[in-house]
Amino acid sequence: MDFNDTPEEATFRAEARSWLAANAPDFIIKAGETLSDAEEVARGRAWQARLAEGGYAGILLPKSLGGRGGTIMEATVFGEEEGEYHLPKGPYIGIGLGMALPVIHKHGTPEQIEKFAAGTLKGEITWCQLFSEPAAGSDLAGIRTKAVKDGDEWVVNGQKVWSSWAHHADWGILIVRTDPTVPKHKGLSFFVVDMKTPGIDVRPIRQISGLSDFNETFFTDARIPDANRIGAVGEGWACAMTVLMGERLNQGGEGKHGGIGALIAYAADTPRDGGTALDSSAVRVSLAAAYAEERAERYFQARLRTMVSRGENPGALASVVKLAYTNRYQKTSGLAMELRGLAGLAPPEGDTETQRIQYDYIWSTALRVAGGADEVLRNQISERILGMPGEIRTDKNVPFDQL
Amino acid sequence: MNFDLSDEQKMLAEQARGLLGERSTPDRLRTLIDSGAEWDEPLWREIAGMGFLGASIAEEHGGLGMTELDLGVISEEMGRANVALPFFSSIVLAADAIQLAGSDAQKAAWLPRLASGETVATFAYAEGSGGWTGAALRATFEGGKITGLKTPVADGGIASVAVVLVNSGGKPALALVELDQAGVTRTKLDSFDQLRAHYAIRFDGASAELLDGAAAGQALERLFDRAAVQAAFEAVGGAEACLTMARDYALERQIFGRALAGYQAIKHKLADILVGVELARSNAYYGAWAAENAADELPLAASAARLSAIGAFENAARENIQVHGGIGYTFEANCHFFYRRERTLAISLGGREAWANRLIANIPGTQAEAA
Repeated sequence: MDFNDTPEEATFRAEARSWLAANAPDFIIKAGETLSDAEEVARGRAWQARLAEGGYAGILLPKSLGGRGGTIMEATVFGEEEGEYHLPKGPYIGIGLGMALPVIHKHGTPEQIEKFAAGTLKGEITWCQLFSEPAAGSDLAGIRTKAVKDGDEWVVNGQKVWSSWAHHADWGILIVRTDPTVPKHKGLSFFVVDMKTPGIDVRPIRQISGLSDFNETFFTDARIPDANRIGAVGEGWACAMTVLMGERLNQGGEGKHGGIGALIAYAADTPRDGGTALDSSAVRVSLAAAYAEERAERYFQARLRTMVSRGENPGALASVVKLAYTNRYQKTSGLAMELRGLAGLAPPEGDTETQRIQYDYIWSTALRVAGGADEVLRNQISERILGMPGEIRTDKNVPFDQL
Repeated sequence: MNFDLSDEQKMLAEQARGLLGERSTPDRLRTLIDSGAEWDEPLWREIAGMGFLGASIAEEHGGLGMTELDLGVISEEMGRANVALPFFSSIVLAADAIQLAGSDAQKAAWLPRLASGETVATFAYAEGSGGWTGAALRATFEGGKITGLKTPVADGGIASVAVVLVNSGGKPALALVELDQAGVTRTKLDSFDQLRAHYAIRFDGASAELLDGAAAGQALERLFDRAAVQAAFEAVGGAEACLTMARDYALERQIFGRALAGYQAIKHKLADILVGVELARSNAYYGAWAAENAADELPLAASAARLSAIGAFENAARENIQVHGGIGYTFEANCHFFYRRERTLAISLGGREAWANRLIANIPGTQAEAA
């Protein structure tokens, strides 16, 4: 066991650090700077283009795709160093690199790889994910959006939801039902779709946070060329699994900024009874436990990366951090509001820290649902790691149109 | 970075798990409780023969000179088997105290005897419920004699020597005392943990010597931090044993026409225990790594390991009985060993509040010294 960099990792870190010092400052989002969504995406594309020039775009992606073909440790080291800067790295970049390219690489044709890989790596093509539907979230295979073959095109009708940043995406990865006469997992197919296709209507969702990160996406007789199908007809579920495996491994706690250390400083900065809120034993015990857990998540991820670097598949262990992190995030943001007293409900003007914590408390509840709900993750852990029985499924072998 | 046990450490874990699993069976533990035994002495001799007692003791003093992580691997297995052995008292605390604070002569005199298991030692720090820091530390060392009451002292009946936390000239210090002498009175207490006996030890001018090696001044905090990491490993082992026990029982037990393990209420409970165990293990690994490689990070790493492990074992020990239902409340089921041992580990070395204070006081860059 050695928590430090190997000599190779240290060399790579030094290279990355000096490259970032020379290139990142032009792209950072400065303190107090507010960008519109469109401005943020534009800057995110430009930063991605710069990364590609430097050879740091898609570190884990194979060289055949134009990636670096690097190791999980290199990706981690680069991520740590890049995390020192506040750069525009949203879903508009992450979905392309972490979901679209892996699924195109694994299930797509050489022509499709040629068409999308370079542009995505350079930030020229941004992506959204068109998976969930109003009646199919955790039960993704229950989707109803259908595609019907018409010549060498597919005609798509239905509704997708929770598509992050779809309003700024060039392309989408889409799962649809192409055969309702077979059981639900078997009748699905996978496509990439140009978001400018006629018949696609993206509508922002007004969220409880007041923001609109997510969208509803309506398909009304939208036509997709068969050439944009990824994998065989009926292979949609396998493609979706490729995407979701990548998603789980990329989830984790936040970087070294913010987090519980910031909340402890916040408690120490909150006056109470002549001292501060951090003088309270109850506050100290709660925050210390959360700090310990935050560290544990980081070291647990280090264990997972060690497994991956040896070619082992962590499987459902990758769910552990997401489950722990989102719950801790919600609990501690709630606690932070409470330790501030009534000012936690209505902070004085200029108290941006409390505003940030209020936002965290709202956002945490989305994270417990998005990208694998708590309950789904607990099922995976108990079934795949502990070997407990699967859920009773009454729909598994029944044709979809007879459910 | 490589954040996993080495192949040798995995073999060590297997070896320890095999032996302890075979010898320290639940039936053996029940027999020990019924007979009033304070330890499993034959097993102590056996693990001494395998070198486990000397794992972290320097080679020049009869040990194997292994790392804190190797010792942690063994501690985890001690926890998994819920052993009735003075391993924590004699090796993790007393031997480490002598290694950290003792002079060369003191190390040469005592460590070989502890590594071979021929002598059992303990560490006497508590003085009732009032803590053992600052003014609460009342046992005094003066002119080669100790006076005061230490209680409770784990394994105080079987130990023949104790490292005692004393006030020496207004400062905390560690003294070495042989227990079989006039001036030492040992009274057996009613111990909550039926497999770890506790004693009150009264010193009335008992002969003692200070551990007076060059590093004695810095030894005390390091001793507690290092022991906290080992206790975290022990708790992780115990918690994982509870998880396995609960899972196995739930798979076997039929209820409303199917296995208990098929119900989400049970699946999700056990998933949460697994999350707690794996997070606690991760902090324990880092604690052991920091003890060897990053001494300045040890206070924070040890506090974090300690807090995570307490939480994980507490939840696992409680929910294990819950999953078992009524049978879990019987002496014949095996849950109770862990339910009691968990409290021992949670409270020894100081509880959650003390370690939360230590953690917060050691976070770099916050103005949190208010402790």
